[in-house]
Amino acid sequence: MIRLEGVTRTYEVGGRPVHALAGVDLEVAGGEYVSIMGPSGSGKSTLLSILGCLDRPTGGTYRLRGADVGRLGEDELARVRRNDVGFVFQSFHLVPRLTALENVELPMVLAGLPRAERTRRAEAALGAVGLADRAPHRPEQLSGGERQRVCIARAVVLRPSILLADEPTGNLDSASGNEVIGLLESLNREGLTLLVVTHDEAIGRRARRRVRLLDGRVVGTAPEGAP
Amino acid sequence: MSLLDVLRFAGTALVGHRLRTGLSLLGVAVGVAAVILLTSLGEGARRYVTGEFALMGSNLLIVVPGKTETTGTLPLVGGTTHDLTLADVEALERRVSGVVRAAGLTVGSATARAGELSRDVTVAGTTAEWKPLRRLTLRAGQFLPAGRPEEAPRVCVVGARVASELFPGRNPLGELLRLGDERFRVIGVLTARGVSLGLDLDEVVLVPAVQALRMFDRTSLFRVLVEMRHPADLAPGKTSVLHVLKERHGGEEDVTVFTQDAVVSTLGTILGMLTLVLGGIAAVSLAVAGVGIMNVMLVSVSERTREVGLLLALGAARRQVLRLFLAEAALLSTAGGAAGLLIGLGGARAVRALFPAFPVAPPAWAVAAAVALSVAVGLVFGVLPARQAARLEPVAALARR
Repeated sequence: MIRLEGVTRTYEVGGRPVHALAGVDLEVAGGEYVSIMGPSGSGKSTLLSILGCLDRPTGGTYRLRGADVGRLGEDELARVRRNDVGFVFQSFHLVPRLTALENVELPMVLAGLPRAERTRRAEAALGAVGLADRAPHRPEQLSGGERQRVCIARAVVLRPSILLADEPTGNLDSASGNEVIGLLESLNREGLTLLVVTHDEAIGRRARRRVRLLDGRVVGTAPEGAP
Repeated sequence: MSLLDVLRFAGTALVGHRLRTGLSLLGVAVGVAAVILLTSLGEGARRYVTGEFALMGSNLLIVVPGKTETTGTLPLVGGTTHDLTLADVEALERRVSGVVRAAGLTVGSATARAGELSRDVTVAGTTAEWKPLRRLTLRAGQFLPAGRPEEAPRVCVVGARVASELFPGRNPLGELLRLGDERFRVIGVLTARGVSLGLDLDEVVLVPAVQALRMFDRTSLFRVLVEMRHPADLAPGKTSVLHVLKERHGGEEDVTVFTQDAVVSTLGTILGMLTLVLGGIAAVSLAVAGVGIMNVMLVSVSERTREVGLLLALGAARRQVLRLFLAEAALLSTAGGAAGLLIGLGGARAVRALFPAFPVAPPAWAVAAAVALSVAVGLVFGVLPARQAARLEPVAALARR
C-alpha cells in the first residue's frame, strides 16, 4: 500500500538546508496499524505530511498503491487526499462556524456529492463515533474528546484506505484520549490502514508496529509482539 | 462542488463576521446608492428643464431686447436700443410668415390687496396670446380678452395661491383686486402649476400688457415670444423677425433672437454631461469600496489560513479554494450593491415625494451600471486575496497559529 524509498525532505531555513527527512525507507501493507514515534524535530510530522500528500518529498520515491506520488500534479494530489487519505489532527481543525454535522459534510461538499447523500452519510458517520445527538452543535459546544471524534468521523466519511493521525490525543485528557485511540483501533480492525504519530510511549506501544525516527531517519522498527 | 455549495460556504463565512461584513457591505451600498442618487438628480434636472421648455410649446422664437451677441466691431457710441413695444409684436404677427401667434411679456412685482388682505405678487403683463403659447389652463373664469392691446380693460387673471389667499373661501371671479394704485377686476383663476421657467405661476397676477407697462412706468417689453407653425420655419422666422425689427427700429439690429430648440438641446447636452460626471464621481466611491472589500478579504484569508489548510487536506483543489474566496468577495459586493440599489431608489423616491415639481428619476443605464460595477468590484478586488488563499502551502497553512 505505502512504499517509501530513500525519501528526503529538505527545507531552507535562513538560507541553510535543514533535512527534516534524511532518507526514509518504509513499507506499510494495507490494514496495518503503525505508530511513528520520536522526539520533537525528528521528522514525524513531515513524514506524515508526505504520506498524506500534503507535502512532496524533495528526494526519493513515494509510491501509494503503486502510483508515484512525486509525479502527480496538484489536482491529482488533491484527489488522492480526498479519496485515499483521512487526517486526524492534534488540534482538530474543525470549522468553528459550522455544526458537527456540517463539519463532517465538508469533504463531501468539496467532492460535490448531492446534498441528500451528504446528510445521510454524515449522520451515519457521526452515529458510528457515538455523536448522533451532537450533530447540530458547534465545535465550541463540544468537549475535546467529542471534537476529536467529529474529526475522525470527517476523516473516514469518504471511506479512505489510510487514516493518518497526528498526535490525536495530544490535546485530550487520558480518558477521552483512550476513547479516541479505541475508536481509531476499531476502525483499523475493520480494515483501515492506521498510522499514528505520537510521542506518548503508552499509545505508541499499542500499535502492532512501531517506527522510531531520530533526526529524519528511521532508527528502528519494532515488529508485532516485541517489548 | 456545486455553485450553490460554494455560495453557501462563502455565506457562512460572511455571516460569521457580522460587523466586518456589514461595514464592507455598507461601503459598496453607499457607492451604489451615490451613483443612483446623483445620476437621478442629474437626470431630474435634465427632465425638469426640457419638460419646462416643452410645456412652453415648441417651435418658439424668443426675442429679447438688446444685443447680446458680440461682434468684431465696437458698438457705436451713443447707439440707442429701441423699445420693444406692443406695436412691434403686432408687426411681427402680421409680417413674419409662418407665425402662429406672438405675445409680449413684461414682469414686475407689486402688492396686491383685496379687502383687508394683501400680499406681494408677481405681476405679468401680457396679451391673450400668452395662454395658448404657454399652454396655460384656467381653473375658473376666462383669460385676458383678445382685441387691440392698447384698449385692454382693467381685468386680471390670478394664480391659484393668490386666489386662495386673497379670497379665502370665496369665489374671486368678479371681485376687485388692487395692484398698487389701480383696481382690476378678477376674471379668471389659473390652474395650479408651480414654478415654470423661473416664474411661479401660482403666485402671479396676469394683467394686460399695456396696464402693466403703465403701472411699472416702462415703455419696453421684457421679451416677446413668437410661435412658428413648423420647426422648419424657425430659421427663416428668426431672420425675418430680425429684419422686421431692424426696419422698425431705425435700421438698428438691437434685439437678440433665440430659438427654443437650440436652448433646449444645449441645456439637455450640458445636463446630460453633468449627470455623467456626477455618476463618475460616485463611481469613484465604488472603487474605494472595492479596496475596502480587498482589505476585508485579505484579513479574512490570513485569519482563516488554518481553514484553508484544512480544506486542502480534505481534498480541495487550489481552484476550489480560489473560487470559495472569490465567491465570498462577490457575495459581499453583490449584497452591498443590492442594498445600495434599495437605498438609492428609495432615496430618489423620497426626493420626488419631497419635491414633486422636480422629476427625479434614476436613469436605467446608471442603475444597471452601478449594480454591474458593484459585482465587478467584488470580483476584481477579490482576486488578489483569493489567489493568496489558493497559493498557501497545506502543511504551513495547517500549522499556522
